[in-house]
Amino acid sequence: MAQALESDPEVEMILGMGTREPTVPLERAEFVRADQTYSILSRIVRATQVDTIVHTFLVVDSTRVPGRALHEINVIGTMNLLAAAGQSGSPVRQVVVKSSTLVYGSASTDPAWFREEVPRTSPARSRVERSLLEVEGFVRDFAEDNPATVVSVLRFANVLGTDIVTPISSNLSKPLCPSVSGFDPLLQFVEEDDVVRCMEHVTRNRIPGLYNVAGTGKLPWSEVAEICGTRLLPLSPVATRTVAAPLVRLGLIEFPPELEGLLRFGRGVDTTRITKAGFSCRYTTSGAVESFIRAVRLRRSVGKAPPSYTYEQDVEQFFRHSPAVTHLGGDV
Amino acid sequence: MTPSKETLQREQRGALVALPRAEGPVTGTRLTDVDEWGRSEHSRSIARKVFAPLYNNWFRVEWEGLEKIPRKGGALLIANHAAAIPSDAPVIMHGIEEELGRPVYGMADFFFREVPYLGTVWARVGGVAAHPENALRLLRDQGQLTLVFPEGTKGPSKTYADRYRLRRFGRGGFVEIAMRAGVPVIPICVVGAEESMPIVFRLPALARILGVPYVPVTANMLAFGPAGLGLYFPAKFKLRVLDPVTFDVPSGQERYSKSRVMEEAETIRRHMQETLYEMLRERRSVWFG
Repeated sequence: MAQALESDPEVEMILGMGTREPTVPLERAEFVRADQTYSILSRIVRATQVDTIVHTFLVVDSTRVPGRALHEINVIGTMNLLAAAGQSGSPVRQVVVKSSTLVYGSASTDPAWFREEVPRTSPARSRVERSLLEVEGFVRDFAEDNPATVVSVLRFANVLGTDIVTPISSNLSKPLCPSVSGFDPLLQFVEEDDVVRCMEHVTRNRIPGLYNVAGTGKLPWSEVAEICGTRLLPLSPVATRTVAAPLVRLGLIEFPPELEGLLRFGRGVDTTRITKAGFSCRYTTSGAVESFIRAVRLRRSVGKAPPSYTYEQDVEQFFRHSPAVTHLGGDV
Repeated sequence: MTPSKETLQREQRGALVALPRAEGPVTGTRLTDVDEWGRSEHSRSIARKVFAPLYNNWFRVEWEGLEKIPRKGGALLIANHAAAIPSDAPVIMHGIEEELGRPVYGMADFFFREVPYLGTVWARVGGVAAHPENALRLLRDQGQLTLVFPEGTKGPSKTYADRYRLRRFGRGGFVEIAMRAGVPVIPICVVGAEESMPIVFRLPALARILGVPYVPVTANMLAFGPAGLGLYFPAKFKLRVLDPVTFDVPSGQERYSKSRVMEEAETIRRHMQETLYEMLRERRSVWFG
């Protein structure tokens, strides 16, 4: 397990932290393991006693990681992380988990807007969804067993932004973009800056609970494609995966299992609760799409290779350097 | 803490990335007018143009009591449901949108969403899947007019022999939604839809194979052949809006007494059934009203 995590580049993005009394060395195995692949992190972890864990490394994109590794990272990784955070005498007082609205799935029987307490209507078929559901189950149990710890779970809608690469963003930046013939679903996006801001907000203010986070409004997939200047490639509504498979092989499109339902029925989440908790996204759904495609256009013209880092690293940097976090930890 | 101080501190600590700053909201430019339910006023106006001749000259729709429908604020419209391909839904939506100039969202079975093309068109012209969450958001949060057929598919799937006999009103869910949203229920009785496309018999085995709610064999098919799939008989439509029903309960509760809900639903159903019989007593001809 340790080797699987270590050999995976995702491990670099394992945690963000707030510090408290930066004197006590840390003996939790998970952190020691993680630091072996990330020496800067290790120095900080060794010199601090972790007070806040921000769990951002959940994989929500099945094209990134093979199925087995995905299970290791999401399920086993979270299990170890929570086990470490929950052991007796643990200094951890806050756990923030970055999840995804993938946990709601996407089916014809769905409501147009999911509130946090509304359960998904269809069984989870894709591996990512199953693993995320399992992870959220662990987190729920953890919150129940550790009432003194502030536990927050943030379910982010599909992320778009200048840096992050997802199957949707890579589809949208290609000349052809898959759709399912006869379907024009409504989608919701969140900008990567808002993801970071939201995690900052929740961590800084120690807000417990389960929250949906997404930009205001929804856009039809056809309109998203039009804004991005890509042409829709309608796939057959029956045997969609079989039709898509050769195109995926050729590298024309990306079509992971979690897109199949999404491109038929779309998804929407209600963000009333996070708004009441004092956070609102800066970017609306259409704002996120537009800022995404502007960045893509710039990159096309300037000819810069897309940056290889994803926003998780930003989050991590934030927790290492932000005055907010150190203030929280009383570090002067 | 002032922003400048914050920035200063961050610079001292040597932040590697620029932190996103909270500024004004960023909204993009929309290319279509599709709203968050998938309804597009543009598509809707095209649909109204196409449907107008059918509404005015074919069905010759007459309303009674249209003034009982509020010009603003949410209200749950319910109606009896009939015809193999229900003709009552477009008639009600068209009529109210033309007369009152405000949108109506029509709730229907999830099944529609699964059918390619039809599902998309249906959503663009104001169709919404009948989920309690959807109804609640439309009625309570957005104050929209929402049309629901409490009989569900049991209404249009009944044969001609059962015409104008209201089916069971589901589990009274519509009453509960109206209670939670704190909006009135406005019943609408429709006469004429039953005769526009009556079902002679059904093919349940074929429906099972196709995975659809029902497969009807209509009088229209027998009369016109394949054209009968979409061609309505020119039955005269008469609609009567009944007095809004309000419930003397606090809104926003998670649950309401089931017996109270069922009782209210049954009262409304009985009232609608009586009105329907009354309207049929007054009707001299199916075709001329």
